[in-house]
Amino acid sequence: MTLALPAASRSSSWRQPSILPGFGLSLGITISALSLIVLIPLAALFLKAASAGPADIWAIVTSSRTQAALRLSFGAAAFSAIVNAIFGLIIAWVLVRYRFPGRRLLDAAVDLPFALPTAVAGISLAAIYAPNGWIGSLLAPLSFKFTIPLIDLSIGFDGKVAYTPLGVMVALIFIGLPFVVRTVQPVLEEAEVETEEAAALLGASRLRTIFRVILPGIVPALLTGFVLAFARAVGEYGSVIFIAGNVPMVSEIAPLLIVIKLEGFDYAGASVVAMIMLIVSFTLILAINAIQAWSRGRLGHG
Amino acid sequence: MSVAVTVESIQKSFANFAALRGVSLDVQPGELVALLGPSGSGKTTLLRLVAGLEQADGGRVLFDETDTRQLSLRDRRIGFVFQHYALFKHMNVAANIAFGLKARPRLERPGNAEIDKRVSDLMELVQLKGLERRFPVQLSGGQRQRVALARALAIEPRVLLLDEPFGALDAKVRKDLRGWLRDLHRRTGHTTLFVTHDQEEALELADRVAILNEGRLEQVGSPDDVYDHPATPFVCEFLGEANKLPVKVVGSQAFFGDRPVLGGLQQNQGGPASLYVRPQHLRIVDDAPLSLPGVVEDIRRNGALRRAEVAVQGLAKRLDVDLASQVAPALGERIRLRITHGSLFAAA
Ligand SMILES: Nc1ncnc2c1ncn2[C@@H]1O[C@H](COP(=O)(O)OP(=O)(O)O)[C@@H](O)[C@H]1O
Ligand SMILES: [Mg+2]
Repeated sequence: MTLALPAASRSSSWRQPSILPGFGLSLGITISALSLIVLIPLAALFLKAASAGPADIWAIVTSSRTQAALRLSFGAAAFSAIVNAIFGLIIAWVLVRYRFPGRRLLDAAVDLPFALPTAVAGISLAAIYAPNGWIGSLLAPLSFKFTIPLIDLSIGFDGKVAYTPLGVMVALIFIGLPFVVRTVQPVLEEAEVETEEAAALLGASRLRTIFRVILPGIVPALLTGFVLAFARAVGEYGSVIFIAGNVPMVSEIAPLLIVIKLEGFDYAGASVVAMIMLIVSFTLILAINAIQAWSRGRLGHG
Repeated sequence: MSVAVTVESIQKSFANFAALRGVSLDVQPGELVALLGPSGSGKTTLLRLVAGLEQADGGRVLFDETDTRQLSLRDRRIGFVFQHYALFKHMNVAANIAFGLKARPRLERPGNAEIDKRVSDLMELVQLKGLERRFPVQLSGGQRQRVALARALAIEPRVLLLDEPFGALDAKVRKDLRGWLRDLHRRTGHTTLFVTHDQEEALELADRVAILNEGRLEQVGSPDDVYDHPATPFVCEFLGEANKLPVKVVGSQAFFGDRPVLGGLQQNQGGPASLYVRPQHLRIVDDAPLSLPGVVEDIRRNGALRRAEVAVQGLAKRLDVDLASQVAPALGERIRLRITHGSLFAAA
């Protein structure tokens, strides 16, 4: 919703008169804090990257190792955020709508990925999913391969999770889950059960009620959770490197590539990769936020 | 189209709390019945049971001859208006109203042009023309209420259930909507159960009023019936103000102290009783055989009326007397009051 301001006040002032004083002061503090904590380090990053010179930057950007790492980082992050959006929604639903023994325990357990040091999470996951681990050994016999003849695309699962891109996704799903649950949960708690009853009395099937009545109401929160899980997954380092195996071109994530470059004293190279990640992430998050603002506006929260 | 609703000795408990303790009620096709009772008396629970949103622990609900337990929520064809509207916030007004039509199985679903026409007709019926594209947050309370009603009417319900439809609105809007709803009911003729805790609303709107108290029906009858001939002290006090006099019935007369105050009784039972008299049923008289002497202690304005407070010897609480077209007495004046109408209940 936009507020139609009278023409006079619009020309005299670009901000709405407010009964709350202190706009200037609080904006000043906000910008100073943001500059110190976020903007200045980012600017330094850009400067460092620029010091590499255009030809070098281009070489790093187009190198197949960089591209493979970026593709893995963003692809796995997107996939895991989608998985988290679905499962997080279901978990939040169960926590809000049903009363069962152990509910509080489950509720508390959702936060564990937040609290656990990421390295601990990574090592545990690697141990469990390794070919001789609890879950890894169960999955090993399940390998399959399927090739679509004409386009020669093969889909397969060789029974391994740890030390493959799949392992990366497992780690990213683990660390991203709380974001979706914790953003969707309060919105579900607030949602009126009566609207669902109204839908049922109006003759809507259960599916129609879910997709036309319940879901549209929580899409903004779900998107927020998705963005948070995605952003966290893109930048995740600690929990991934233990389970990923870190094979260049296969299971090497971009943050690891940056660390490798740093350890080889290639500061410019590291900052170029970082800059690409930054630009892509920022663009994606901005786009999703725009969608979210639009859907919020329709809900009248705008 | 409309069906008769029969509620047969319905019982419902939540955990250990009995919300309904054997309620029976018949609603004729096309009748508007108000379910009146204080907060917590079980009105909403009864309405939700009729709708099928709750399961009864005992008893049953019939639509005409059909036991509703055999019917799915969709097949009950109930128009339900929730107290807090329960509109679909992410849908505009037109989409809210069309929801029930669009949710029908493919074979019964009207075409899009037909749906648009129905929505437009309903918008007209509830006087919201021009607001089709608004979202619920952009509407006033009264407008939301009417959207909720239009949405319920869209499925051509066999029974209309309204839960305190005007509960959240301010007094002026309530009054306007009341007349409008009465009018709408005359035109559409749906069997309607209407929940309210406002006795004025119930008496003005309903063909019959059912008074609920602590999970039991105290009385069912026409507004005149329940107002003038309350079956229980609770009904009498809930429907309007009443003065309470402890009396003793001897023969055909009721005595306050040793003074007869009301005659012509057909009460078979003598003995102690409570006499309830509404303020408008006390008249100031010059002298009469059956009258009550008192002193005017205060005169106040009460809306359109003025009201005198009269102290009577032997009675702790002053009597409220409406001075409609009666000559106002002076403060401190000694007057006599005659009871023109009263309700007598044997003392418990
Ligand atoms: N779902 C429920 N769980 C437990 N108690 C309930 C529930 N619904 C209603 N009650 C209780 O039943 C009684 C009647 O409630 P209700 O029908 O809502 O009353 P009313 O609509 O007349 O105010 C109240 O005491 C209320 O606390
Ligand atoms: Mg209620």
